[in-house]
Formats: sequence, structure tokens, C-alpha cells
Amino acid sequence: MQGGDLIIDDLVIRGLGPVRLTVPAGTCVGVSGPSGIGKSSLLRAVADMEPHDGRVSLGTTARDALCASEWRRMVGLLPSESAWWADGVAQHFLTPEAVRPEVLGLREEVLSWPVKRLSSGERQRLSLLRLLDRRPRALLLDEPTANLDGESTRRVESLIQDYAQAHRAPVIWVGHSVDQLNRVAQRVVSFDADGVLREAGGEVCR
Amino acid sequence: MNSVIALSPVDLSIAALLVVALALLSFRMELGVTRQIVVAAVRTTLQLLLVGMVLKTLFDHAHPLLLVGIAVIMVTTAGREVMSRQTRRFTGPWGFATGTAAMTLSSFSITCLVLSTVIRIDPWYAPQYAIPLLGMMLGNTMTGIAIGMERLTSTAWRDSAVIEGRLLLGQTWDEAVGEIRRESIRSAMIPTLNAMAVAGIVSLPGMMTGQILAGSPPMEAVKYQILIMFIVSAGTGFGAVLAVSVGARRLFDDRQRLRLDRLVKAGGRGG
Repeated sequence: MQGGDLIIDDLVIRGLGPVRLTVPAGTCVGVSGPSGIGKSSLLRAVADMEPHDGRVSLGTTARDALCASEWRRMVGLLPSESAWWADGVAQHFLTPEAVRPEVLGLREEVLSWPVKRLSSGERQRLSLLRLLDRRPRALLLDEPTANLDGESTRRVESLIQDYAQAHRAPVIWVGHSVDQLNRVAQRVVSFDADGVLREAGGEVCR
Repeated sequence: MNSVIALSPVDLSIAALLVVALALLSFRMELGVTRQIVVAAVRTTLQLLLVGMVLKTLFDHAHPLLLVGIAVIMVTTAGREVMSRQTRRFTGPWGFATGTAAMTLSSFSITCLVLSTVIRIDPWYAPQYAIPLLGMMLGNTMTGIAIGMERLTSTAWRDSAVIEGRLLLGQTWDEAVGEIRRESIRSAMIPTLNAMAVAGIVSLPGMMTGQILAGSPPMEAVKYQILIMFIVSAGTGFGAVLAVSVGARRLFDDRQRLRLDRLVKAGGRGG
């Protein structure tokens, strides 16, 4: 399945916005801003996890035309803290046999482990693999490398870029490190203290 | 009935001394329940005396309207009790209505079924059957629903990250909350299931004990007890399934978002 442009129009949530942002298919927009301003809320609103105003569409599909669970499967949101509910790692995957943990520097047998054995860095990387396993058509990433060392961070970055290229998926990458955002994203925008989204040059996004 | 040994106020005060002793002990050990022991003991005395008088009047003048009035008072009290036992309850009318409606539906329909097809009393509103049966049903259904709802809301609050994590991966609200719903219903049923499993071996059920003490033949008391056990388990089970299912749905809105803002933390919990 091919992705399309992710279009966010007049989105307002908890003092943020109105946010207007278009992420062309296969490209990445980095989002930064002060802690607590609500960068995660923006992603949650796009995934329709909280009540808010505004419209969102992916390609030719308007969000409200789909039932919420189908929409969320389409726009994969990776939360900064991953949640695990079953005992075994493999139970969280749809196609565990197709997953290749070694691309993120994880051991091949990690899928047969119990979740309790995972470190926070392993959880974070596995939660990305778990999300990609659902084949989302867009990616909404909330600090996907926060708990990782340099080597793992590079691997995560290139996996995401490869996925976005191969599936022409638009990516929104929320992060703190401006260096990283400049490295992975074609365009970096940031929230100012008033919750207005601005380009790197300072002008309001439209 | 002439074999019944009537209890005098002196007899009851001997038993009351035991409760006073317990209260003193709890005071010495600073358990923090002294007040509750005293209040509960006084409440049980007053409430039961009052209900005794009401039942006496009711038995003398059986009338359907009177019975309905009593039933409504019982249900509303039970409904308030269910609500007050939640650490986090639903905001607005849902807090009271979810548990109360489920309780009413399950215990009223089963009581009516039993009155009309099993005991087959005439007239159907003969209060010496209807009121005690309904009381038994409500008491147990209330406990079950309170446990189930408390489990549902507190687990949803604590494990909201898991529920949202499942939603984010494209699961429906039904899949995302399924495990929690099952656990909540199970925990609501366990007290009555345990009571059925050990009845007669570990414990003699209160109703049967009372009947035997009051002079009924043991086999008659046993048959009524079995009937009560069955309908109480069924009533608690169906009531809990209903209340927890409605509650679980209410945790999500029409866009399948987890809406914890629909829960409100209860203020001081008495005592």
C-alpha cells in the first residue's frame, strides 16, 4: 500500500495551534519546541486519541471517513513510552517470523524473550519494529531514540528513512535534538512559547 | 414456630459486648476503624429494627404499591452504595445509573421469575417472600457490581498506557479493553462462586442458619438455601456482566478514544 501526503488543517488542541502542516509522501518533518508545550499532543490529535478541532487527511483519505481504529492503523504513532500487555515479546507482533531484530542491533532471539527481560532501550527499538510490523502508511514518531546510544540511534534513523522511502510514507518526527532533526528531516519546524508552529526562519507555518 | 426461643434485649447486649470489646482493641492498636465499628454496629441495630417494624406492618397489610415503594428505596440505597465504593466513578448521571440499572434489571427480573415460577406464591406481592428474596439478591448483586466496577475503573486508570498502546496499534476499543473487562467481571463473580463452593462444608450460609435457629426443618432450610445460592450467583453474574460492559463502553467515545476525563476521583471515603 502506498502512502500519500499527510495534511493537517487548522488543528487545535489544548492551547496549541491552529496548526497547518503538510508532510509530502516519503518526506520527514521534524518538530521541536520547549518541553511540555504539547508536541506529543499534536501527534495524539493527528492519531485521533484526544478530542480536538481540525481536519487531517492522508493521501485521498479523510480521517473522518474511516473508523478510528482503521485510521490509527494507517497513521502509525510511536509513543515515547511503549506499553506491553502480553507476557512474551512475540505475542505483540502480527507476523513475528518476518521481523528482523538484527537491523536495530538486537539479538535475533529477542522475540522469544519475556517482556520483563527487556531493557528500556530494547523496548524502544522493539516498539518501532512492532509498529512497522503493522505496515502503517504514515509515521508519527515521538522521540524514537530517547533511550538509545549513538550506534542504536543511527540504526533507528536509517530504518525509519528506509521505510519512509520504500513505502512513500510521510513522517513527523518529534525530538529534542536539533542536530538529529536536521539530519533526518527535510524540514524542521518548532512550536514557540505560545503554541504557534513556526518555520526555522521564524515565519508561521501555513 | 413454637420451638423458637425468643431473644431478649439482655441476650443481644451480651453479643453487643463482644463488638464493644473489638472496638476497644482496635482503639488500643490504633487500627483506625474504631469509629467505623461503632457506627456500623449502631447502624445495623437501628436499620434492622426499623426493617423489622416495616416488615411487620407490611405483612399485616399486603399491598403491591407498598411493596414497590420498599423495593425502590432498597434499589436506590444499593445504587448509592455501589457508587460510593468506587475510588473513581463515572461523572454525571452515569456514576449512579450504570450500577443501579444493571442491579435493578438483573435482581428484579430474577426475583420476579423465581416468585412466579419457582415459589409460585399467591398473591405475587406476598411480602414475606418478595422482600427477603429481593433483599438477598440486591445485597449480593450490589457487592458484585461494586467490585467489578471498581476493578474496571481503577485498572483502566492505572493501565491507560496499555489501553492507548493497543489503540495506537489499530485495535478497536473492544479489543483494547477486553482483557480488563474479563478480569473485572471475573473478580465480581468470585465471591459468590467461592460461597457456592464451600457452602455447608466450611460455612453454614447465614440465611439457612437463621432459618434453622428459628425452627424450620433442616431439609426445608437447605432447599431454600440452594435456591438462594443459585439465583444469587446468577443475579450477581448477569448484573456484573451488564454493568461492567456498559462501563467499559463508556470509557471510550464514538471515535474510540480512551476518555479518562469521564472518571472523577471520589472525595473522602467516609470513616
